[in-house]
Amino acid sequence: MNQTIGTPEQDREMQAALDELKNVPGPVMQAMQRAQSIYGYLPIEVQSRIASAFGIPLEEVYGIATFYTQFVLKPKGKYTVGVCLGTACYVKGAGDILERFKEALKLNPGETAKDMRFTLDATRCIGCCGLAPVITVNDEVYGSLKKEDVETILKKYYD
Amino acid sequence: MLERAHILVCGGTGCTSGKSNEIYAELSKHLKENELDKEVKLIMTGCFGLCAKGPIVVVYPDGTFYQHVKPTDAEEIVNEHILKGRVVERLLNDDKSAGTDEVKSFNETPFYKSQRRVVLKNCGVIDPENIDEYLAYDGYLAYQKAVTEMQPQDVIDVLKKSGLRGRGGGGFPTGLKWQFARDSKSDQKYVVCNADEGDPGAFMDRSVLEGDPHALIEAMMIAGYAIGADKGYVYVRAEYPIAVRRLQIAIQQALEYGILGNNIMGTGHSFTLELRLGAGAFVCGEETALLNSTEGKRGEPRQRPPFPAVKGLFQKPTLINNVETYANIPTILLKGADWFASMGTEKSKGTKVFALGGKIKNTGLVEIPMGTTLRTIVEEIGGGIPNGKRFKAAQTGGPSGGCIPAALIDTPIDYDNLISIGSMMGSGGLIVMDEDNCMVDIAKFFLEFTVDESCGKCTPCRIGNKRLYEILEKITKGEATMKDLDKMEELCYYIKENSLCGLGQTAPNPVISTYRYFKDEYIAHVRDKKCPSGVCKALTSYEIIPEKCVGCGLCKRVCPVGAISGEIREKHVIDPDKCIKCGACIASCKKNAIKK
Repeated sequence: MNQTIGTPEQDREMQAALDELKNVPGPVMQAMQRAQSIYGYLPIEVQSRIASAFGIPLEEVYGIATFYTQFVLKPKGKYTVGVCLGTACYVKGAGDILERFKEALKLNPGETAKDMRFTLDATRCIGCCGLAPVITVNDEVYGSLKKEDVETILKKYYD
Repeated sequence: MLERAHILVCGGTGCTSGKSNEIYAELSKHLKENELDKEVKLIMTGCFGLCAKGPIVVVYPDGTFYQHVKPTDAEEIVNEHILKGRVVERLLNDDKSAGTDEVKSFNETPFYKSQRRVVLKNCGVIDPENIDEYLAYDGYLAYQKAVTEMQPQDVIDVLKKSGLRGRGGGGFPTGLKWQFARDSKSDQKYVVCNADEGDPGAFMDRSVLEGDPHALIEAMMIAGYAIGADKGYVYVRAEYPIAVRRLQIAIQQALEYGILGNNIMGTGHSFTLELRLGAGAFVCGEETALLNSTEGKRGEPRQRPPFPAVKGLFQKPTLINNVETYANIPTILLKGADWFASMGTEKSKGTKVFALGGKIKNTGLVEIPMGTTLRTIVEEIGGGIPNGKRFKAAQTGGPSGGCIPAALIDTPIDYDNLISIGSMMGSGGLIVMDEDNCMVDIAKFFLEFTVDESCGKCTPCRIGNKRLYEILEKITKGEATMKDLDKMEELCYYIKENSLCGLGQTAPNPVISTYRYFKDEYIAHVRDKKCPSGVCKALTSYEIIPEKCVGCGLCKRVCPVGAISGEIREKHVIDPDKCIKCGACIASCKKNAIKK
């Protein structure tokens, strides 16, 4: 039996997801996506639980987790700031906006602040090219940004 | 009961991020308050295409186009337009009737006039979350026609005759692809849709999924009938949450209506459809990598042959097309191959959707007949370059494509012309660049993307692109020699010829094409240590033009590092050793006295 992690409720939810996917062809990525939405990230304990549920080596699950950018192995901050670096945003100055966020948050892309409030990400095109340059804070989208807007936006998330 | 007016609110991703959900809720509230909810129909549609002017609300029957609408405007639209029949002038399109008082329907404006909507015909017209609206617009009629009046081979013959080519990038003839899948013998076959639209700057597939999801379902059902498959998968990017949700709703509704399932409409044909979500890997847009990812594995490409039509998903024959390709098919079956082939050029038939972005006024989604010139797209439909800047180049094909310089702006856009000038159609992202964009920097930007997204399976792509990126970095820092440029060119062709999949084979294209058309810019970086556009920070210096400086002191105050000195009402100077090239002084100067 694998070690468990998280709350009993998360544990139950995970088990339900694994049971549901038992007879689905090619289930591993789906299980990992479910796990990430349950736990917020993919702790190694959860990866090994998925591996044993489908009878595959942990190495394979880990290989998938590190291949795709959406799978994260460490917990993220309460707010994830995603600066879109798609082409349309880039030619309209997204690089400068990312610099400003790096300064303001004192984080590099991919890093999470110690107080777990913010994670900074440089993201792929989110398809809002008409509003370039855009950023997202969790699910909220901010478009047509200027460098000066950075502090105003961040202020909203300090409560 | 027939309604006297329809209010359409754009529910695409762009307008949703401008709070179109709230606009919808407010409109609904005010309609109810005025007891108009029975006579006026409120609809949340897919993308209208003119994202630059969003959020967008359109009122029919007159086709009044309201732009930049805020939730607080809802009350006025209901009270004035609906109740009193007076158009809310302040929310109108800028293009309304130059010189006259007449308010034109939005279809008459320059942005929409030159467009021909086949793929996007229902986007911004119907409610994508209501199957009845799709049915009312001839929905699932093409499928019915195929299954009841045509043999599977007839369907493929129509596609062959229509001249439709794959809209995902390569432009392979769709009918032929279907034929290969049909000719493969197997107990099980699959129909797959590539909705992993990863090209930065392209969002037409997302708009179809969000605005007309049933069209995709219908086309995949037709494909299932034609090649003999009863199961389909849509592989869609997880970055598109609204598209995923609408597709789920559409599949559910089609199941409830007996349109998907066993023995559909009593015809004996069966078809089911499932979604698979990506997890953020650009290479999964490559068809064999997509198959691996659909199977829940690492999205690494497979060696071809065998092609997916022979050995695809779960080792069974598989047909893969992208969203835009599928979205053409129901209309082709209903209107005929000749109708479709009447649009476009000799070898590129039909229309193509482009995502206009970058330095252009009307950013958004446009659908035009193949063969339209870049000039028409940029100047007429796109409304030109903002701020009086000069058009420098357009980039098509994303990280696999190249640049079209200003000298070639009259090229008719089709598959073969784009290839011959060193770019490619790709999925249809079209990013406009002006004189302020540095072409070396753009090439470096794309290389950084491919280096990051290379799956690492084959060496030319994994290591070659990294080395190529390093050369570009040297160039933009002013550390490269002329020899590096030769090395760069050689490496480009080596990577193209030796990589395993489309990602590596096309990765050097942005470098090759910018080097071909903007060689002087590369040389300026290398030999003169200058970035002509003032983008590459290491090669830029800031200078105050003494004749223009009035000594107001504004720049001195905003400079974060104290690099500017000078007394009030005297000429100021910048100390290049202290300057960090942040650009704050330029932004502050009211006399345009600072140059890069």
